[in-house]
Amino acid sequence: MKLNDAQKKSFLEPLFNNNPVFVQILGICSALAVTTSLRSAVTMALAVTFVTAFSNVGVSLIRKWIPGSIRMIVEMVIIATLVILVDQLIKAFSYDLSKQLSVYVGLIITNCIVMGRAEAFAIKNAPCESFLDGIGNGMGYGLVLIVVAFFRELFGFGKIFGIVVFKTVQNDGWYVPNGLMVTAPAAFFLIGGIIWLLKTYNKKLQDAE
Amino acid sequence: MEHVLTMFIQGVFTQNLALSLFLGMCTFLAVSKKVNAAIGLGIAVIVVQAITIPVNNLLYNYVLREGALSWTGVDALSKLDLSFLSFITFIGVIAALVQILEMTLDRFFPPLYNALGVFLPLITVNCAIMGGSLFMQQRDYNFGDSCLYGLFSGIGWAFAITILAGIREKLEYSHVPKGLRGLGIAFMTAGLLAMAFMTFSGM
Repeated sequence: MKLNDAQKKSFLEPLFNNNPVFVQILGICSALAVTTSLRSAVTMALAVTFVTAFSNVGVSLIRKWIPGSIRMIVEMVIIATLVILVDQLIKAFSYDLSKQLSVYVGLIITNCIVMGRAEAFAIKNAPCESFLDGIGNGMGYGLVLIVVAFFRELFGFGKIFGIVVFKTVQNDGWYVPNGLMVTAPAAFFLIGGIIWLLKTYNKKLQDAE
Repeated sequence: MEHVLTMFIQGVFTQNLALSLFLGMCTFLAVSKKVNAAIGLGIAVIVVQAITIPVNNLLYNYVLREGALSWTGVDALSKLDLSFLSFITFIGVIAALVQILEMTLDRFFPPLYNALGVFLPLITVNCAIMGGSLFMQQRDYNFGDSCLYGLFSGIGWAFAITILAGIREKLEYSHVPKGLRGLGIAFMTAGLLAMAFMTFSGM
Protein backbone atom coordinates (compact mmCIF):
# COMPACT_ATOMS: atom_id res chain seq x y z
CA MET A 1 0.00 0.00 0.00
CA LYS A 2 1.37 3.38 -1.00
CA LEU A 3 0.73 6.21 1.42
CA ASN A 4 -0.10 9.71 0.27
CA ASP A 5 1.21 12.80 2.06
CA ALA A 6 -1.80 13.32 4.29
CA GLN A 7 -1.63 9.75 5.46
CA LYS A 8 2.09 9.98 6.14
CA LYS A 9 1.53 13.14 8.08
CA SER A 10 -1.17 11.67 10.26
CA PHE A 11 1.23 8.88 11.13
CA LEU A 12 4.49 10.79 11.64
CA GLU A 13 3.32 14.02 13.28
CA PRO A 14 2.35 12.45 16.62
CA LEU A 15 5.67 10.65 16.92
CA PHE A 16 7.70 13.80 17.49
CA ASN A 17 6.28 17.22 16.70
CA ASN A 18 2.85 16.58 18.13
CA ASN A 19 3.70 13.92 20.67
CA PRO A 20 0.62 13.07 22.75
CA VAL A 21 2.45 13.02 26.08
CA PHE A 22 4.72 16.06 25.81
CA VAL A 23 2.89 18.38 23.49
CA GLN A 24 -0.76 17.50 23.80
CA ILE A 25 -0.34 16.57 27.52
CA LEU A 26 -2.53 13.49 27.16
CA GLY A 27 -2.27 10.13 28.83
CA ILE A 28 0.26 11.04 31.46
CA CYS A 29 -1.20 8.90 34.26
CA SER A 30 -0.17 5.58 32.87
CA ALA A 31 3.00 7.00 31.33
CA LEU A 32 4.24 7.58 34.85
CA ALA A 33 2.87 4.51 36.54
CA VAL A 34 3.97 1.58 34.39
CA THR A 35 7.52 2.71 33.65
CA THR A 36 9.42 0.97 36.45
CA SER A 37 10.32 -1.88 34.10
CA LEU A 38 10.75 -2.06 30.35
CA ARG A 39 8.61 -5.16 29.98
CA SER A 40 5.52 -3.56 31.42
CA ALA A 41 6.22 -0.37 29.47
CA VAL A 42 6.39 -2.24 26.16
CA THR A 43 3.22 -4.20 26.92
CA MET A 44 1.41 -1.04 27.86
CA ALA A 45 2.65 0.71 24.71
CA LEU A 46 1.37 -2.14 22.53
CA ALA A 47 -1.96 -2.22 24.35
CA VAL A 48 -2.52 1.50 23.97
CA THR A 49 -1.48 1.46 20.29
CA PHE A 50 -3.92 -1.37 19.61
CA VAL A 51 -6.80 0.32 21.41
CA THR A 52 -6.17 3.75 19.90
CA ALA A 53 -5.85 2.41 16.37
CA PHE A 54 -8.96 0.26 16.42
CA SER A 55 -11.14 2.63 18.40
CA ASN A 56 -10.20 5.29 15.84
CA VAL A 57 -11.26 2.96 13.03
CA GLY A 58 -14.49 2.07 14.81
CA VAL A 59 -15.45 5.62 15.55
CA SER A 60 -14.48 6.74 12.05
CA LEU A 61 -16.56 4.01 10.40
CA ILE A 62 -19.76 5.07 12.12
CA ARG A 63 -19.00 8.78 12.33
CA LYS A 64 -21.75 9.74 9.88
CA TRP A 65 -24.45 7.93 11.82
CA ILE A 66 -23.70 8.92 15.41
CA PRO A 67 -25.95 11.74 16.66
CA GLY A 68 -23.79 14.46 18.23
CA SER A 69 -25.43 14.29 21.64
CA ILE A 70 -24.57 10.67 22.36
CA ARG A 71 -21.26 10.39 20.56
CA MET A 72 -19.26 10.39 23.80
CA ILE A 73 -21.05 7.38 25.13
CA VAL A 74 -20.75 5.54 21.82
CA GLU A 75 -17.01 6.21 21.78
CA MET A 76 -16.78 5.08 25.38
CA VAL A 77 -18.47 1.78 24.59
CA ILE A 78 -16.16 1.09 21.63
CA ILE A 79 -13.08 1.89 23.71
CA ALA A 80 -14.24 -0.12 26.73
CA THR A 81 -14.93 -3.17 24.57
CA LEU A 82 -11.44 -3.03 23.09
CA VAL A 83 -9.86 -2.57 26.49
CA ILE A 84 -11.72 -5.60 27.88
CA LEU A 85 -10.35 -7.59 24.95
CA VAL A 86 -6.78 -6.47 25.65
CA ASP A 87 -7.16 -7.13 29.37
CA GLN A 88 -8.44 -10.66 28.81
CA LEU A 89 -5.62 -11.35 26.34
CA ILE A 90 -2.92 -10.19 28.74
CA LYS A 91 -4.51 -12.21 31.56
CA ALA A 92 -4.63 -15.30 29.36
CA PHE A 93 -1.11 -15.20 27.99
CA SER A 94 0.94 -13.45 30.64
CA TYR A 95 -0.68 -13.57 34.03
CA ASP A 96 2.23 -12.23 36.07
CA LEU A 97 2.47 -9.23 33.79
CA SER A 98 -1.22 -8.50 34.25
CA LYS A 99 -0.64 -8.53 38.03
CA GLN A 100 2.22 -6.07 37.58
CA LEU A 101 0.20 -3.70 35.43
CA SER A 102 -2.69 -4.06 37.92
CA VAL A 103 -5.39 -1.48 37.33
CA TYR A 104 -3.55 0.44 34.66
CA VAL A 105 -4.76 -1.73 31.79
CA GLY A 106 -8.34 -0.93 32.79
CA LEU A 107 -7.39 2.68 32.95
CA ILE A 108 -6.70 2.77 29.22
CA ILE A 109 -10.45 3.43 29.00
CA THR A 110 -10.00 6.78 30.66
CA ASN A 111 -6.62 7.38 29.03
CA CYS A 112 -7.16 10.74 27.41
CA ILE A 113 -5.12 9.79 24.32
CA VAL A 114 -7.71 7.28 23.16
CA MET A 115 -10.71 9.49 23.84
CA GLY A 116 -8.86 12.59 22.67
CA ARG A 117 -7.93 11.10 19.30
CA ALA A 118 -11.42 9.74 18.75
CA GLU A 119 -12.87 13.18 19.46
CA ALA A 120 -10.27 15.25 17.66
CA PHE A 121 -9.45 13.10 14.67
CA ALA A 122 -11.51 10.00 14.00
CA ILE A 123 -14.87 11.75 14.19
CA LYS A 124 -13.85 13.91 11.21
CA ASN A 125 -11.66 11.64 9.06
CA ALA A 126 -11.80 8.51 6.96
CA PRO A 127 -11.03 5.11 8.54
CA CYS A 128 -7.64 4.66 6.86
CA GLU A 129 -6.20 7.99 8.08
CA SER A 130 -7.76 7.43 11.47
CA PHE A 131 -6.09 4.06 11.77
CA LEU A 132 -2.68 5.57 10.97
CA ASP A 133 -3.30 8.45 13.34
CA GLY A 134 -4.13 5.94 16.07
CA ILE A 135 -0.99 3.92 15.40
CA GLY A 136 1.12 7.08 15.32
CA ASN A 137 -0.27 8.41 18.57
CA GLY A 138 0.01 5.06 20.27
CA MET A 139 3.63 4.80 19.19
CA GLY A 140 4.40 8.37 20.19
CA TYR A 141 3.09 7.50 23.61
CA GLY A 142 4.95 4.18 23.62
CA LEU A 143 8.22 5.90 22.69
CA VAL A 144 8.03 8.11 25.78
CA LEU A 145 7.14 5.14 27.95
CA ILE A 146 10.08 3.13 26.71
CA VAL A 147 12.58 5.96 27.09
CA VAL A 148 11.45 6.65 30.67
CA ALA A 149 11.32 2.96 31.54
CA PHE A 150 14.81 2.45 30.13
CA PHE A 151 16.32 4.95 32.56
CA ARG A 152 14.22 3.84 35.52
CA GLU A 153 14.99 0.16 35.11
CA LEU A 154 18.67 0.70 34.32
CA PHE A 155 19.39 2.96 37.29
CA GLY A 156 16.79 1.51 39.64
CA PHE A 157 17.64 -2.17 39.25
CA GLY A 158 20.76 -2.21 37.05
CA LYS A 159 18.87 -4.22 34.46
CA ILE A 160 17.43 -3.86 30.95
CA PHE A 161 14.47 -6.09 30.10
CA GLY A 162 15.33 -8.06 33.23
CA ILE A 163 18.87 -8.80 31.96
CA VAL A 164 21.61 -7.68 34.34
CA VAL A 165 23.69 -4.84 32.91
CA PHE A 166 25.16 -3.33 36.08
CA LYS A 167 25.85 -6.01 38.65
CA THR A 168 24.35 -4.78 41.90
CA VAL A 169 26.04 -4.83 45.29
CA GLN A 170 23.57 -7.39 46.66
CA ASN A 171 24.80 -9.84 44.03
CA ASP A 172 28.52 -9.20 44.68
CA GLY A 173 28.71 -6.55 41.95
CA TRP A 174 29.76 -2.92 42.13
CA TYR A 175 26.55 -1.01 41.35
CA VAL A 176 24.52 0.49 44.18
CA PRO A 177 20.95 0.70 42.85
CA ASN A 178 19.37 4.13 42.98
CA GLY A 179 16.29 3.55 45.12
CA LEU A 180 14.75 6.87 44.12
CA MET A 181 14.43 5.70 40.51
CA VAL A 182 11.81 3.06 41.30
CA THR A 183 9.65 5.42 43.37
CA ALA A 184 7.02 7.87 42.21
CA PRO A 185 9.01 11.15 42.27
CA ALA A 186 11.63 9.90 39.81
CA ALA A 187 8.96 9.49 37.14
CA PHE A 188 7.94 13.10 37.56
CA PHE A 189 11.54 14.31 37.45
CA LEU A 190 12.37 12.28 34.36
CA ILE A 191 9.36 13.45 32.36
CA GLY A 192 9.96 17.02 33.52
CA GLY A 193 13.55 16.73 32.41
CA ILE A 194 12.67 15.33 29.01
CA ILE A 195 10.19 18.15 28.46
CA TRP A 196 12.89 20.62 29.38
CA LEU A 197 15.30 19.12 26.83
CA LEU A 198 12.65 18.98 24.15
CA LYS A 199 11.58 22.57 24.64
CA THR A 200 15.11 23.90 24.72
CA TYR A 201 15.83 22.10 21.46
CA ASN A 202 12.56 22.89 19.76
CA LYS A 203 11.91 26.64 20.14
CA LYS A 204 8.51 26.41 18.47
CA LEU A 205 7.07 24.57 21.45
CA GLN A 206 8.42 27.17 23.82
CA ASP A 207 6.55 30.06 22.31
CA ALA A 208 3.27 28.23 22.60
CA GLU A 209 3.44 28.42 26.41
CA MET B 1 -11.41 3.85 65.07
CA GLU B 2 -7.87 2.74 64.39
CA HIS B 3 -9.05 1.15 61.17
CA VAL B 4 -10.60 4.42 60.00
CA LEU B 5 -7.40 6.27 60.83
CA THR B 6 -5.33 3.78 58.86
CA MET B 7 -7.67 4.14 55.88
CA PHE B 8 -7.36 7.91 56.20
CA ILE B 9 -3.56 7.98 56.22
CA GLN B 10 -3.45 5.46 53.40
CA GLY B 11 -6.04 7.20 51.22
CA VAL B 12 -4.82 10.75 51.72
CA PHE B 13 -1.06 10.39 52.09
CA THR B 14 0.76 7.14 51.43
CA GLN B 15 -1.44 5.94 48.56
CA ASN B 16 -2.33 9.40 47.32
CA LEU B 17 -4.15 8.98 44.02
CA ALA B 18 -2.38 11.80 42.25
CA LEU B 19 1.13 11.75 43.68
CA SER B 20 1.90 8.12 44.32
CA LEU B 21 -0.44 6.30 41.94
CA PHE B 22 -0.36 8.91 39.15
CA LEU B 23 -4.10 9.00 38.63
CA GLY B 24 -5.98 11.95 37.18
CA MET B 25 -2.71 13.45 35.99
CA CYS B 26 -4.12 15.19 32.92
CA THR B 27 -6.57 17.31 34.83
CA PHE B 28 -4.12 17.50 37.73
CA LEU B 29 -1.67 19.39 35.53
CA ALA B 30 -4.16 21.24 33.35
CA VAL B 31 -6.34 22.74 36.09
CA SER B 32 -3.67 23.49 38.68
CA LYS B 33 -2.76 26.94 37.39
CA LYS B 34 -5.21 28.78 39.69
CA VAL B 35 -6.03 27.90 43.28
CA ASN B 36 -9.75 28.67 42.95
CA ALA B 37 -10.21 26.37 39.99
CA ALA B 38 -8.16 23.69 41.72
CA ILE B 39 -10.36 23.82 44.84
CA GLY B 40 -13.52 23.67 42.70
CA LEU B 41 -12.31 20.61 40.83
CA GLY B 42 -11.04 19.07 44.05
CA ILE B 43 -14.47 19.32 45.70
CA ALA B 44 -16.14 17.90 42.61
CA VAL B 45 -13.75 14.94 42.69
CA ILE B 46 -14.43 14.30 46.39
CA VAL B 47 -18.20 14.29 45.81
CA VAL B 48 -18.10 12.05 42.74
CA GLN B 49 -15.54 9.70 44.25
CA ALA B 50 -17.53 9.31 47.50
CA ILE B 51 -20.65 8.39 45.52
CA THR B 52 -19.30 6.24 42.68
CA ILE B 53 -17.01 3.93 44.66
CA PRO B 54 -19.74 2.65 47.04
CA VAL B 55 -22.21 2.31 44.16
CA ASN B 56 -19.69 0.38 42.09
CA ASN B 57 -18.88 -1.71 45.13
CA LEU B 58 -22.54 -2.75 45.49
CA LEU B 59 -22.76 -3.53 41.78
CA TYR B 60 -19.59 -5.57 41.87
CA ASN B 61 -20.54 -7.55 44.96
CA TYR B 62 -24.16 -8.22 44.03
CA VAL B 63 -24.08 -8.51 40.24
CA LEU B 64 -20.67 -8.92 38.70
CA ARG B 65 -18.34 -11.06 40.77
CA GLU B 66 -18.28 -14.83 40.66
CA GLY B 67 -21.30 -16.25 42.44
CA ALA B 68 -22.61 -12.76 43.19
CA LEU B 69 -25.99 -13.46 41.64
CA SER B 70 -26.73 -16.31 44.02
CA TRP B 71 -29.17 -14.05 45.92
CA THR B 72 -31.57 -14.45 43.00
CA GLY B 73 -32.00 -18.12 43.89
CA VAL B 74 -31.79 -19.14 40.22
CA ASP B 75 -29.33 -21.98 39.88
CA ALA B 76 -27.98 -21.02 36.46
CA LEU B 77 -27.24 -17.49 37.63
CA SER B 78 -25.46 -18.38 40.84
CA LYS B 79 -22.42 -19.78 39.04
CA LEU B 80 -22.09 -16.87 36.65
CA ASP B 81 -18.87 -14.84 36.67
CA LEU B 82 -19.40 -11.46 35.05
CA SER B 83 -16.30 -9.79 36.43
CA PHE B 84 -14.88 -9.27 32.93
CA LEU B 85 -17.66 -6.73 32.45
CA SER B 86 -16.45 -4.61 35.35
CA PHE B 87 -14.63 -2.01 33.22
CA ILE B 88 -17.60 -1.20 31.07
CA THR B 89 -19.98 -1.25 34.05
CA PHE B 90 -17.85 1.07 36.15
CA ILE B 91 -17.36 3.60 33.38
CA GLY B 92 -21.09 3.51 32.62
CA VAL B 93 -21.97 4.08 36.27
CA ILE B 94 -19.50 6.94 36.52
CA ALA B 95 -20.79 8.64 33.37
CA ALA B 96 -24.41 8.24 34.46
CA LEU B 97 -23.81 9.41 38.03
CA VAL B 98 -21.91 12.48 36.89
CA GLN B 99 -24.78 13.33 34.57
CA ILE B 100 -27.34 12.89 37.38
CA LEU B 101 -25.22 14.90 39.77
CA GLU B 102 -24.98 17.69 37.22
CA MET B 103 -28.75 17.80 36.74
CA THR B 104 -29.45 17.67 40.48
CA LEU B 105 -27.05 20.47 41.19
CA ASP B 106 -28.50 22.53 38.36
CA ARG B 107 -32.03 22.08 39.68
CA PHE B 108 -31.52 22.42 43.44
CA PHE B 109 -28.22 24.18 44.07
CA PRO B 110 -27.63 26.68 41.27
CA PRO B 111 -24.73 28.52 42.98
CA LEU B 112 -22.85 25.25 43.48
CA TYR B 113 -23.66 24.26 39.90
CA ASN B 114 -22.20 27.51 38.62
CA ALA B 115 -19.03 26.90 40.60
CA LEU B 116 -18.56 23.22 39.75
CA GLY B 117 -20.46 22.96 36.48
CA VAL B 118 -17.52 23.26 34.13
CA PHE B 119 -15.54 20.60 35.98
CA LEU B 120 -18.18 17.89 36.08
CA PRO B 121 -17.86 16.69 32.45
CA LEU B 122 -14.08 16.59 32.92
CA ILE B 123 -14.56 14.14 35.76
CA THR B 124 -16.06 11.39 33.62
CA VAL B 125 -12.73 10.89 31.91
CA ASN B 126 -10.69 11.56 35.01
CA CYS B 127 -8.78 8.37 35.66
CA ALA B 128 -8.71 9.03 39.40
CA ILE B 129 -12.40 8.15 39.56
CA MET B 130 -12.13 5.05 37.41
CA GLY B 131 -8.90 4.12 39.20
CA GLY B 132 -10.58 4.41 42.57
CA SER B 133 -13.27 1.94 41.53
CA LEU B 134 -10.70 -0.45 40.09
CA PHE B 135 -8.60 -0.35 43.25
CA MET B 136 -11.74 -1.00 45.26
CA GLN B 137 -12.30 -4.12 43.15
CA GLN B 138 -8.67 -5.23 43.35
CA ARG B 139 -8.39 -4.76 47.11
CA ASP B 140 -11.74 -6.40 47.73
CA TYR B 141 -13.18 -3.73 50.01
CA ASN B 142 -16.51 -4.35 51.74
CA PHE B 143 -19.22 -1.72 51.53
CA GLY B 144 -18.16 0.24 54.63
CA ASP B 145 -14.54 0.34 53.61
CA SER B 146 -15.39 1.41 50.09
CA CYS B 147 -17.36 4.38 51.45
CA LEU B 148 -14.35 5.41 53.53
CA TYR B 149 -11.95 4.80 50.66
CA GLY B 150 -14.05 6.87 48.26
CA LEU B 151 -14.17 9.80 50.64
CA PHE B 152 -10.52 9.71 51.69
CA SER B 153 -9.01 9.12 48.28
CA GLY B 154 -11.06 12.04 46.94
CA ILE B 155 -9.80 14.23 49.76
CA GLY B 156 -6.23 13.16 49.04
CA TRP B 157 -6.55 14.10 45.37
CA ALA B 158 -8.16 17.47 46.19
CA PHE B 159 -5.43 18.13 48.74
CA ALA B 160 -2.66 17.42 46.25
CA ILE B 161 -4.09 19.57 43.46
CA THR B 162 -4.69 22.49 45.83
CA ILE B 163 -1.09 22.42 47.08
CA LEU B 164 0.28 22.20 43.55
CA ALA B 165 -1.92 25.09 42.40
CA GLY B 166 -0.70 27.21 45.33
CA ILE B 167 2.92 26.56 44.42
CA ARG B 168 2.34 27.17 40.73
CA GLU B 169 0.70 30.52 41.42
CA LYS B 170 3.83 31.61 43.28
CA LEU B 171 6.07 30.23 40.53
CA GLU B 172 4.58 32.71 38.06
CA TYR B 173 6.87 35.33 39.56
CA SER B 174 10.10 33.38 39.65
CA HIS B 175 12.82 33.04 37.05
CA VAL B 176 12.51 29.60 35.61
CA PRO B 177 14.76 28.57 32.69
CA LYS B 178 12.91 29.13 29.44
CA GLY B 179 12.52 25.52 28.37
CA LEU B 180 11.37 24.45 31.79
CA ARG B 181 8.57 27.02 32.05
CA GLY B 182 4.98 25.83 32.30
CA LEU B 183 4.65 22.10 32.10
CA GLY B 184 8.26 21.19 32.89
CA ILE B 185 8.41 22.97 36.20
CA ALA B 186 4.95 21.66 37.10
CA PHE B 187 6.29 18.12 36.75
CA MET B 188 9.33 18.92 38.90
CA THR B 189 7.13 20.47 41.59
CA ALA B 190 4.82 17.48 41.55
CA GLY B 191 7.86 15.25 41.92
CA LEU B 192 9.02 17.15 45.00
CA LEU B 193 5.49 16.98 46.43
CA ALA B 194 5.41 13.26 45.81
CA MET B 195 8.66 12.93 47.74
CA ALA B 196 7.15 14.84 50.64
CA PHE B 197 4.07 12.62 50.64
CA MET B 198 6.25 9.51 50.55
CA THR B 199 7.66 10.36 53.95
CA PHE B 200 4.29 9.50 55.48
CA SER B 201 4.74 5.88 54.50
CA GLY B 202 6.66 5.19 57.70
CA MET B 203 3.58 5.88 59.80
